[in-house]
Amino acid sequence: MSETIPVATRLELLRTMIRIRAFEERVGELFLRGETAGSMLHLSVGEEGAAAGIALAMQPGDTFTTHHRGHGIFVARGGDTQRMMAEIAGKITGYCRGKGGSMHIADMSLGHLGANAIVGGGIPAVVGAGLASKTLGQGSVSVAFFGDGAMQQGICFESMNLAALWKLPVVFAAINNQYGMGTRIDRASATLDFAGRARGFGLEAVEVDATQPERVWIAASALIERARAGQGAGFIVANGYRFYGHARKDKSPYRDPAEEAEGRKRDPILNQKNLLIGEGLLTETEYEAFWQAANLEMDAAESFAKQSEWPGLSTMFEDVYDPSSPPPVPVEERLNRVLGGAL
Amino acid sequence: MTSPVPEPQSVAFGQEIEYRAALREAIRQEMRADPRVILIGEEVGRYGGAYGVSKGLLEEFGEARVLDTPISEAAIVGTAIGAAMTGLRPIAELMYVDFAYLAMDQIANQAAKIRYMFGGQIGVPMVLRATMGTGRSSGAQHSQSLEALFWHTPGLRVALPATVSDAYFLLRQAIHSPDPVVFLEHKALYASKGVLQDQAPPMGVAVSRRPGQHLTLVTYSRQLHHCLQAADELAAEGIEAEVLDLRTLNPLDLETLAQSVRRTGRALIVTEDTLTAGASAELSALIQEACFDYLEEPILRLSGEDIPIPVSPPLEAGSVPSPDRIARAARRLLRRRG
Ligand SMILES: Cc1ncc(C[n+]2csc(CCOP(=O)(O)OP(=O)(O)O)c2C)c(N)n1
Ligand SMILES: [Mg+2]
Repeated sequence: MSETIPVATRLELLRTMIRIRAFEERVGELFLRGETAGSMLHLSVGEEGAAAGIALAMQPGDTFTTHHRGHGIFVARGGDTQRMMAEIAGKITGYCRGKGGSMHIADMSLGHLGANAIVGGGIPAVVGAGLASKTLGQGSVSVAFFGDGAMQQGICFESMNLAALWKLPVVFAAINNQYGMGTRIDRASATLDFAGRARGFGLEAVEVDATQPERVWIAASALIERARAGQGAGFIVANGYRFYGHARKDKSPYRDPAEEAEGRKRDPILNQKNLLIGEGLLTETEYEAFWQAANLEMDAAESFAKQSEWPGLSTMFEDVYDPSSPPPVPVEERLNRVLGGAL
Repeated sequence: MTSPVPEPQSVAFGQEIEYRAALREAIRQEMRADPRVILIGEEVGRYGGAYGVSKGLLEEFGEARVLDTPISEAAIVGTAIGAAMTGLRPIAELMYVDFAYLAMDQIANQAAKIRYMFGGQIGVPMVLRATMGTGRSSGAQHSQSLEALFWHTPGLRVALPATVSDAYFLLRQAIHSPDPVVFLEHKALYASKGVLQDQAPPMGVAVSRRPGQHLTLVTYSRQLHHCLQAADELAAEGIEAEVLDLRTLNPLDLETLAQSVRRTGRALIVTEDTLTAGASAELSALIQEACFDYLEEPILRLSGEDIPIPVSPPLEAGSVPSPDRIARAARRLLRRRG
């Protein structure tokens, strides 16, 4: 299998997963210290193999949407960790000027059409992006990243049908971490054959082990290039485990401790490290160097976020409409009109 | 209805409890009293509800009556509708009212219209509970106040309890309602505490939470507490504001509202939803229709801004009314003509 994957990519998978984990652990610490904006922070620790494996199989110009657990995917797609962290902290220097936070990071210049706090909410946009790509001859593929939970939303199936019907350059990527919040997948779905469901819609579908990032990359590459070539939309389900709770503070009392221990043993980073060391492609020292670099990067991201300013109050009225038209009238101004004078 | 059914002993009347505990008690009492009552929604069972409202209910009533669902909002509401039409009394839960948009066909085209379209043959006796509002920097898709959407839809009842006692009694009354009730719980109130009284007025009765002769603060849900704080501040300056808690928008107690505004001659409406075509717009129109000859000053509206709710804490807090802004607006209304 490893013959089909370049050595540079194999190392890059590992480096990317380490950066994702370093990022997630760091924002998790900031969250626990009350230094992030908002009550919700969903970490993808344990799921890095899915994010890195699929994201690195994409090409520049490809577009994507993510679910609420999307930091890792964007780190893997080239997201600037400083602006990401600033966004998560609610600062003006963040990707979305502090308006979006952890669950709404986006960067159009990198094809990130947006993270979403509505389960399934970002899926149909990739059908549209696939349509635009096909209509305008852009040559790009659009990938929807979502959790197993979104597999029970009607919009997911409406989107799959359209993408298959119109043979769009689209790939649906379900990251199956076994749980949607506190609900194990077998309590949410009568069938766990998600790939089979996708096949029912006429999609080319594969199921992979997300803790083996190279397998993810190989499967995703095949689907993405097939879609790019106009041969039809694809579906990949990447099975892994959510190491933390649903949100950072959730201790997952609904999970069996033995299952958790077992799940956390299936670590995509350690798997990839051992694979590469076993083949003589990596040394312990190089592995440590990956971590050091990642931690330094996150130090810089953290201080950038900390030193950044809060958005000014008036910025809340910006970005509702295109800047060519006036912003919404503040409530206070409406009061002034009624009363005359300043409040 | 003051007391829907004889009160079992376990309820802690006279004691201070949390808003979420009051909701839980209401569901528990109704489920004990009526085997047709079921609870259905995401994470309502094992997890005990995203905000802990339904903790312990799965253990007491079992999986047949406390149903954890997949993440399928449209089907949750639709299932509750069908069950309500055929013998059950469902309490359906949307984790956040923002997700009502995924189920809006079921809510507005189905639940709201079934009695009417079918010539009065059948009603849809269900409750749709949902978490609303700002206060936790949860962002544009987890923080909205959408009461106007439901109030706008004929056929739906809309309840917005602000106090522990209302959380308990309004929910029990909602479960007994022959028509669908959208029951909106403000996320900033779940941990709030208050004494659970042994009775509360029925839906459709507004309650004066504080007397006053200079102006009427018209409000509901969390903004009630902001209004009460503002009223205290104003009282120190000699301005006495009556604070009127509407409790339900449909049915609406226009009588009590009009009486208060006729008495004070001034109305300041305080809501957390957006201004344009928001609940405050309808309230303003109703007051004007009922009180025109009594108004000393124009009707004022203080509401959420006409924007999606931003995550950044200073922006979020600045986008909805605060006690300070309410007090300032009231002061200006009183001093408008010197
Ligand atoms: C439409 C909608 N319903 C419910 C929620 C609340 N919620 C947020 S994440 C989540 C679980 C999602 O599970 P999954 O899709 O498997 O993603 P994971 O969290 O496991 O990454 C739920 C129920 C939501 N955000 N949006
Ligand atoms: Mg999941």
